[in-house]
Amino acid sequence: MTTALYIILAVVIVGSALGTIMSRNAVYAALYLALNFMSVALLYLFLGAPFIALVQVTVYAGSIMVLFIFVIMLLGAERLAASENLRGQRFLAIALGVVLLAILGTVFISRAELTGIVTPPTAVDFGSPRQIGTALYTQYWLPVMITSMLLLVATVGAILLTRGEGTSIRDNLKRVDEKEQADQEE
Amino acid sequence: MIIEWSVKALVIILTLTAGFAYTTLYERKLLARMQVRIGPNRAGPAGLLQPIADAVKLIFKEELIPAKADRFIFILAPIITVIPALIITAVVPWGRSITLFGREIPLYLADVNVGVLYIMAITSISVYGITLAGWSSNNKYATLGGVRATAQMISYELALGFAMIAPVMMASSMRMIDIVEGQKTMWYAVLQPVAFVIYFAASLAEINRAPFDMPEAEQELVAGYHTEYSSMKFATFFMAEYIKMIAIAMIGSSLFLGGYLGPFVDQVPILGPIYLAIKVVAWLFVTIWIRATLPRIRYDRLMQLGWKVLFPVALLNVLVTAIVVVLIG
Repeated sequence: MTTALYIILAVVIVGSALGTIMSRNAVYAALYLALNFMSVALLYLFLGAPFIALVQVTVYAGSIMVLFIFVIMLLGAERLAASENLRGQRFLAIALGVVLLAILGTVFISRAELTGIVTPPTAVDFGSPRQIGTALYTQYWLPVMITSMLLLVATVGAILLTRGEGTSIRDNLKRVDEKEQADQEE
Repeated sequence: MIIEWSVKALVIILTLTAGFAYTTLYERKLLARMQVRIGPNRAGPAGLLQPIADAVKLIFKEELIPAKADRFIFILAPIITVIPALIITAVVPWGRSITLFGREIPLYLADVNVGVLYIMAITSISVYGITLAGWSSNNKYATLGGVRATAQMISYELALGFAMIAPVMMASSMRMIDIVEGQKTMWYAVLQPVAFVIYFAASLAEINRAPFDMPEAEQELVAGYHTEYSSMKFATFFMAEYIKMIAIAMIGSSLFLGGYLGPFVDQVPILGPIYLAIKVVAWLFVTIWIRATLPRIRYDRLMQLGWKVLFPVALLNVLVTAIVVVLIG
């Protein structure tokens, strides 16, 4: 039963990943990506880590929507051009992909020989929010701090980038506000 | 065990869909009374069969799909919209446990240790259907409505999430049952008034209800993201909207108003679902009352309210709550 479900899930994950890169329509590609994130979240659930699974859905699947909006609003044309700009990039991509897969495969096989078949941990509260929180803020406090600083810098950068010459919008809005007030006073 | 779960899931879904039908009637009746009208009163005694008449009417309407619409996503969008609304209340407990046919049956479907996070996750994917509906219609009003809905829901999700963290910290657990049981002495709405108000405002924006119903602003966008939808597909959007109203009320009652707790619930556990229902109906009353009272606010003010008022206040509230919780223990 579990194996069958796992196989179905694996097929969906690989299929949606392929769909993401092969789809010529950017909207469909974004949807495939969302499907991929959700099925990976289900995989986490299978392995007994509900916290990670739900964070995966909230953060990744939720944020794909922003990507989607970017596609609609900024790109306009959802269909990608059929021709390739970079010559021979497909061949190179396949070759590099095969190399990466080979390295990953060897690492996994050699590791499995060392430690035996990897099984999910069986502790009752494994992956509970309390445990993850404790681990994050004691054992891994430095990476957490570094990540949060990076995110803060990224946020400040994003705000700076959008400020630029965008003051005219605010002036316009102010003008609208003033006009409304004047109308009300009349 | 599996049969028990299936029955419970079925009960939840049927209650929500029946609740949807009668919430529409409740809203129409209440709005009518507030506007000194009578409201629907022809179908059945006191208009009680009105939802059924509406459903029959909608089923017999013609289904239209615009010529240049993306057919697959156009048909899929209403389904994607209604599913999150139906499954989000799976973690909300209806009561402790009752004995039925000599069996002890807990009155909740899923007792997971990440209940609040589950609600957040489902909220964050519930925006998909609306955006996809807007985009696939190939209609500028629908697309604009869908984009607005996405921007609004993503913006208010943050404030909503931070407001939901406050009860989590008070109960020091993400399990919904722990949060409800933590309110035995005092409701979190009293201990966390700021979080409660933010939850209420942000949840209204999250489900696109007045005064935050920008995605469906009739004067500007015809009907917003569901402009091109007709017949049962339109009804499905309508259903999702009203079920989300009920779900938000159920979650809010559990997080802030003591959920199924009430007098004598320790002795008579079957009172639990009744108390929860009363709180949900009261919550819906306030939601409809607000719709009847407040005009729609302008789009840029909506975004300003979300990002510049609700979000920082919610963040500050989390900080203060954390300090107080650590100090008191």
